[in-house]
Amino acid sequence: MSTSIALHAGSLERAETASTREPAWVKVVLISVALSFFAVFLLLPLGTVFAEALRKGWGAYLEALVNRDAWDAIRLTLITAAIAVPLNLVFGVAAAWSIAKFEFRGKRLLITFIDLPFSVSPVISGLIYVLLFGAQGWFGPWLQEHDIQIIFAVPGIVLATIFVTFPFVARELIPLMEAQGSEEEEAAVVLGASGWQVFWHITLPNIKWGLLYGVILCNARAMGEFGAVSVVSGHIRGQTNTMPLFVEILYNEYNYVAAFAVASLLALLAIVTLALKTLVERQTRRQLQEIAATSETET
Amino acid sequence: MASMKRFSPLPGFGLAMGYTLVYLTLVVIIPLTAVGTKTLTMGLDAFWAAVSSPRVVASYQLSFGASLLAAAINVVFGLIFAWVLVRYRFPGKGLVDALVDLPFALPTAVAGIALATIYSANGPVGKLLEPWGIEIAYTPNGVLLALVFIGLPFVVRTVQPVLADLEKEVEEAAAGLGASRGQTFLRVILPHIAPALLTGFAMAFARAVGEYGSVIFIAGNVPMVSEITPLLIITKLEQYDYAGATAVASVMLVFSFVLLLIINGLQGWMHHRYARGA
Amino acid sequence: MSISIRNISKQFGTFQALDDVSIDIPSGELVALLGPSGCGKTTLLRIIAGLDYADRGQILLDGDDASARHVRERRVGFVFQHYALFRHMSIADNVAFGLRVRPRRERLAEAEIRRRVKKLLELVQLDWLADRYPPQLSGGQRQRIALARALAVEPKVLLLDEPFGALDAKVRKELRRWLRQLHDEIHVTSVFVTHDQEEALEVADRVVVINKGKVEQIGTPESVYDHPATPFVANFLGSVNLFHGRVEDGHLHLGEHALALGAEGGSEGRAVAFVRPHEFDLVPGWHADGGLPARILRVAAVGPSAQIEVSRVDGELIEVTISRDAFQLLGLAEGDQVSLRPRHIRVFQAEALAA
Repeated sequence: MSTSIALHAGSLERAETASTREPAWVKVVLISVALSFFAVFLLLPLGTVFAEALRKGWGAYLEALVNRDAWDAIRLTLITAAIAVPLNLVFGVAAAWSIAKFEFRGKRLLITFIDLPFSVSPVISGLIYVLLFGAQGWFGPWLQEHDIQIIFAVPGIVLATIFVTFPFVARELIPLMEAQGSEEEEAAVVLGASGWQVFWHITLPNIKWGLLYGVILCNARAMGEFGAVSVVSGHIRGQTNTMPLFVEILYNEYNYVAAFAVASLLALLAIVTLALKTLVERQTRRQLQEIAATSETET
Repeated sequence: MASMKRFSPLPGFGLAMGYTLVYLTLVVIIPLTAVGTKTLTMGLDAFWAAVSSPRVVASYQLSFGASLLAAAINVVFGLIFAWVLVRYRFPGKGLVDALVDLPFALPTAVAGIALATIYSANGPVGKLLEPWGIEIAYTPNGVLLALVFIGLPFVVRTVQPVLADLEKEVEEAAAGLGASRGQTFLRVILPHIAPALLTGFAMAFARAVGEYGSVIFIAGNVPMVSEITPLLIITKLEQYDYAGATAVASVMLVFSFVLLLIINGLQGWMHHRYARGA
Repeated sequence: MSISIRNISKQFGTFQALDDVSIDIPSGELVALLGPSGCGKTTLLRIIAGLDYADRGQILLDGDDASARHVRERRVGFVFQHYALFRHMSIADNVAFGLRVRPRRERLAEAEIRRRVKKLLELVQLDWLADRYPPQLSGGQRQRIALARALAVEPKVLLLDEPFGALDAKVRKELRRWLRQLHDEIHVTSVFVTHDQEEALEVADRVVVINKGKVEQIGTPESVYDHPATPFVANFLGSVNLFHGRVEDGHLHLGEHALALGAEGGSEGRAVAFVRPHEFDLVPGWHADGGLPARILRVAAVGPSAQIEVSRVDGELIEVTISRDAFQLLGLAEGDQVSLRPRHIRVFQAEALAA
């Protein structure tokens, strides 16, 4: 729900005329408040991560990253994202295709269901899988019989991550595809294109930026998720530690430099995500303007 | 399904819809029903005991109270941010606009340890506040602070596009009719953005109630004082009190669903209201 | 290819979009579906194309029932109201699309496709735009590219949805003449939808007037204009003056005045009558037996004709158009008394108006 709105935000600004302008002091106060808040609440935490990571110099920083446990955590984080993101990508495209291109009853309800994981606490997102696959869960006895470990193991982490990142791609694509309408697809069908040809040659090129945007957000959350994976992980070093979980362990062991060193990688990921996001937003905004322009009357 | 759907010349509805429903059921619906069925098997007395013990009630008070307060603070600062980003030019604006989403993008555990470090007694800000007797880290104040951090983008990003869409002519008309700038804001602009503000508030509130990662490092997690509900669920799980954990979780889930419905209703209202002029 | 529309009905929820519509379109004709917005004309066009389906009835293409045939197999060309050009493809790629998506064994060689695209772009006189993208084109250019793209697959039938609807007045005029010429060159059976009567009357071989999901009249532009079958058609095609009165022994009685009806006459009883503004003769002064007495309120004599607004004695307003020269010869001014003598009156029973 949040991300779809962010799509239309960005550097929207407008020219002012005298009759709709505040006194100068109001403007100065408001900008100062915003900038102070920005510095204390956003810049300072980000800066702290890097400052603490480098507190004992680059040597200590690198040492914290180049070791077996850190590598294992990075590897598991990458694997988890590599499974969760493509799955939710395919789902997002399928859901957006059926919701945006067709009229059917129960559409609003379906969208609400897709939104559900956004409104569930991460802790509960983990808990539900414990209830399903844990030793006392629905499938627990059966899994034990067959010697399959899901909770406190990698499959549990992947499942919890899929759940929390479930809506991201769908939520980006649905409003975009609804705005684009179906005329181009219909034109392609009249010209003789098959279903896959329509999708590959018409729909996909039109949604590629929105799709990328959804994937970026989905990936950031998949790599950074903490609460849900914390519940299902069991915290076994080298086996079930993702990077955020590893940060927690190091921090609780008072190994601050190492904790912040791993955290700095995640912070870098966040910065890259935001940069890509800004870039993609610019593209989607241009695209939306084009849609508006091409459907307007002009000569 | 075919009978429920209007005819369309486009192919793929069956496949896409089928996949959507199967995946949704497997990943979301079935796991969530597990909470419901587990709760139902508990019996009313056990359920009530689990969700109304003093420690649990104290955690509700903290989680809901701090979340409400944080969302309210976010409304004020979120509005200022949105206003400044839409209306003014100032150096660093592009950076501010991009980094407003930092709380979305930064993993919560990273935010958590950073905030805990900054506001602990010997951290850069905590050090400044200590002489004044203000403690933030490891108190309920810390919980509030983390929740303010996490909720800010919701209000900004909901209000910003609405504010940008507000036609200047409307404000000029108000000014032309003799309204002062303050009157114009209170009587023309504020009513226009009120649904967006309310939606942002509800979203920030919903997120804050369930938040875990950014809070636990700075909260201190003292039972009855600074222990949030999500942490309590984990604590119960670690003690193998699955039933207790599920009971508390079901209370939160019901609350989240109600809030989700309210947010959807608000967004419907916003859509209805803002789509008209466009 | 001929198109035969047989008893087509279509409902959206409780709204009856099309009600038992039957039309026969001979091969090679250019036909306009004309009606106000929401009358069902676009729905009918989409049903012919296979983009929508009918609840009842059949579409016959060259005598074969096409109702069950998928839009992909109907070999129709469709030009969408907002053109639906593929934004991310160059103009040449847009036009080539229909040729390139054919199954491999039916597909032409790439060189042949390119040759065809070039020819089509020349046909629409836009070959210099081949490498541009749709957003860089003007509305009129997009319209012509959409047409070229539809023609690329050599359709047996060309369907156009409000082809000039999104263009400004000047471009619209140019394009419709151009479309008429193009049709005379390629002679493919064409149906276009429009709400603009001027457009329909100028371009089409035949006009189908549709209202509230029903066909009101089918005929050549002259016949629907001169001999409207229903009050709706009389009212919808061009501007008219409306009179309520009674028909008795070959006269239309309006209050205390009576106008003689010509050979067409009209059935006795309460009636509505239509007279177009240019079908009046103006005579200075009031005459006991010669037409309706009225008074000139306003005159706009700009261009070749004079638009005159007159008021009957009971205050009802009537529009009259005569040539500017004729008006000057009469030497009339605002406030003068005149008599109105209609040259042509179309009379319908009053009940027909309600329908």
